[in-house]
Amino acid sequence: MHKPAAPYARLRRGLTALCAAALCSALAARGDDLQDASKFLKAGQHAQALERVNKALKAKPRDPQARFLKGIIVTEQGNSKEAIEIFTRLTQDYPELPEPYNNLAVIYASQGQYEKARAALEQSIRTHPSYATAYENLGDVYAKLASQAYDKALQLDSSNSGAKNKLSLVRELVREPTVVAVVKEPSKPKEPAKPAADPNAEVLKAVNGWAEAWSKKDANAYLSYYAGDFKTPGGEARPAWEKTRRERIAAPKSIEVKVDSPKVTLRGSNEASVTFRQDYRSDKLTSSNTKTLELVKADGRWQIREEKAGR
Amino acid sequence: MRRVLLSLAALGFAVAAAAATPEDRLSAVFEAIEANRVDEALKRVDALLRDYPNFRLAYLVRGDLLLARSRPLLTFGNVVKTVPQDRIEGLREEALARLRAMRSRPSEDRLPRYVLQLHPGQKHVLVVDSRRSRLYVFGNDQGRPRLVADFYVTLGKNGVEKTREGDQKTPIGVYHVTGNLPRSKLTDFYGAGAFPINYPNEWDRRRGRKGHGIWLHGVPAELYSRPPRASDGCLVFANPDLESIGRYVQVGTTPVIIADAIEWSDAASVDAERRSLNAALEQWRADWQGRDTERYLGHYSQRFGAGGGQDYAAWAAHKRAVNAAKSWIKIELSRVAMFRYPREGDFVVVSFEQDYRSSTLSNTVRKRQYWIKEEGRWKILYEGAG
Repeated sequence: MHKPAAPYARLRRGLTALCAAALCSALAARGDDLQDASKFLKAGQHAQALERVNKALKAKPRDPQARFLKGIIVTEQGNSKEAIEIFTRLTQDYPELPEPYNNLAVIYASQGQYEKARAALEQSIRTHPSYATAYENLGDVYAKLASQAYDKALQLDSSNSGAKNKLSLVRELVREPTVVAVVKEPSKPKEPAKPAADPNAEVLKAVNGWAEAWSKKDANAYLSYYAGDFKTPGGEARPAWEKTRRERIAAPKSIEVKVDSPKVTLRGSNEASVTFRQDYRSDKLTSSNTKTLELVKADGRWQIREEKAGR
Repeated sequence: MRRVLLSLAALGFAVAAAAATPEDRLSAVFEAIEANRVDEALKRVDALLRDYPNFRLAYLVRGDLLLARSRPLLTFGNVVKTVPQDRIEGLREEALARLRAMRSRPSEDRLPRYVLQLHPGQKHVLVVDSRRSRLYVFGNDQGRPRLVADFYVTLGKNGVEKTREGDQKTPIGVYHVTGNLPRSKLTDFYGAGAFPINYPNEWDRRRGRKGHGIWLHGVPAELYSRPPRASDGCLVFANPDLESIGRYVQVGTTPVIIADAIEWSDAASVDAERRSLNAALEQWRADWQGRDTERYLGHYSQRFGAGGGQDYAAWAAHKRAVNAAKSWIKIELSRVAMFRYPREGDFVVVSFEQDYRSSTLSNTVRKRQYWIKEEGRWKILYEGAG
């Protein structure tokens, strides 16, 4: 079955598709030890990485970032048992995070425990319905389970059956897009301003304003683009959501968000959706993904009612 | 995926609310697929497999339900890797046979044309529709058949109409159960047990059909069922089904009628044929008892052959001599059973208990006759001990 290292072959899969910003939520809490551990891990120096992450954990034993990183390190070291323990505890302590479920599934799959892998991935998706990596991994697990069922149907020996699936381990704890934003004006024919007559332009203006506020790390301005009845992800309470957003916007040293190739669809005079490519860059993460904003016009202003990954 | 599985599920049927058999439960899986409740379908098939881990067809369906979450299905039993195609085909055929049979259960007013009359001691009759891979069990409702159960059955690899040893075909005809071999006396291959039948019967022998050892039996422990055409000629059932069938069987008594495709009829037509046969039988009895030897002989076909192998002329001369020697004869018939023979046109197997008394000899025998219609009249083609 899967070698523990195998998952990395497709490691990055899905990461960019997710509106990802590597989250360093509690950046302040994250000491140099954690950053060093991360570097050692990337360099394949597992022993050093483990030493640093353990040091970080000594200071903050419950820190999810550090625990997650340790889970990755021990997975790469082939210590599936401990990795399972670490990721399982993370799912218990932070059931809202999809990544630990995903990685748990990757380890289970590498052990041939596809039913367990399936359960973990389904949980991951329940946690985060647009989590592309989990979807892709789940597709592979379903295919593997199907193959096992066919083998039983046809009395074939499952043990030596065909291609091994390589599921993608997620290496970073990516929470909400925590982003940073600087907006690029969509290249539009420069015409003499048709004063506010073009609803498309009004919608775009709002979207660009939103990206700009984000890029300037101006949380108040950023949040003002969200409508009163904005659907928070997972139905989270608005104050809690705002608090998280403020933290995420504050965390990176710099953020740059670009709105690329926006496509506006108007539905009546007060509803619109805009799909665009969101290029996000901060000192922590670079990502590019498709995003759709649902907007409504209220009090003469276009505001965001829903934010979705993909089209 | 839906579309592919639908081609099966679209056969649509209601699942019996009563104790759900594995087949009922498989049907419920297809119903769920048809209704686009794919998650429910997967749960149902998982539960089915927990209870019947050897039900290979259910694994095939499970494979499809899982694979469909990963990519579009191209066919039912969308096995991707290179595998023996006949194995997949066998399971596909089993799925179709089971679903077709459940979908088109014969309605209450339809009767198999073969069962004209059951005698009071025959509690059940088994009728096999080879094309549907189905065995129907009829109860004896005052001599008339009434459907009580039906089961999926596996028949010979090469189909039906057995003619010789080793042809891997299942015979067509009217037989009866001749024995009951319990599991303990058999190898695992026969599963829950076996019920031999009397192939080749007198008619088969007369037609030169060879072979032997046609049984109803179960399957090895590792299997739930086998594909529709997989045996060497025997009738093979899932072990729980064989056990159920065993509760209907009376050794030496229960008829087993194997047809290609069952001819279904209605009660009025079956009654009419039964009356016409009974009238002919009664006339034969009366003419014999009345010692009207020429009229008596007139009930026999020119092609008649008795068990001993005499030709008609020799046999008729013998009968004339015997009857002339008696000053009186009294004959009573009881426990009369009549079955039309599948595939043979107007051809009926009649069996009864004959109580014969005369001035010189008395005896009681079980007799079997084959009646055929010649120029609109029922005639006896064969007569022997039954």
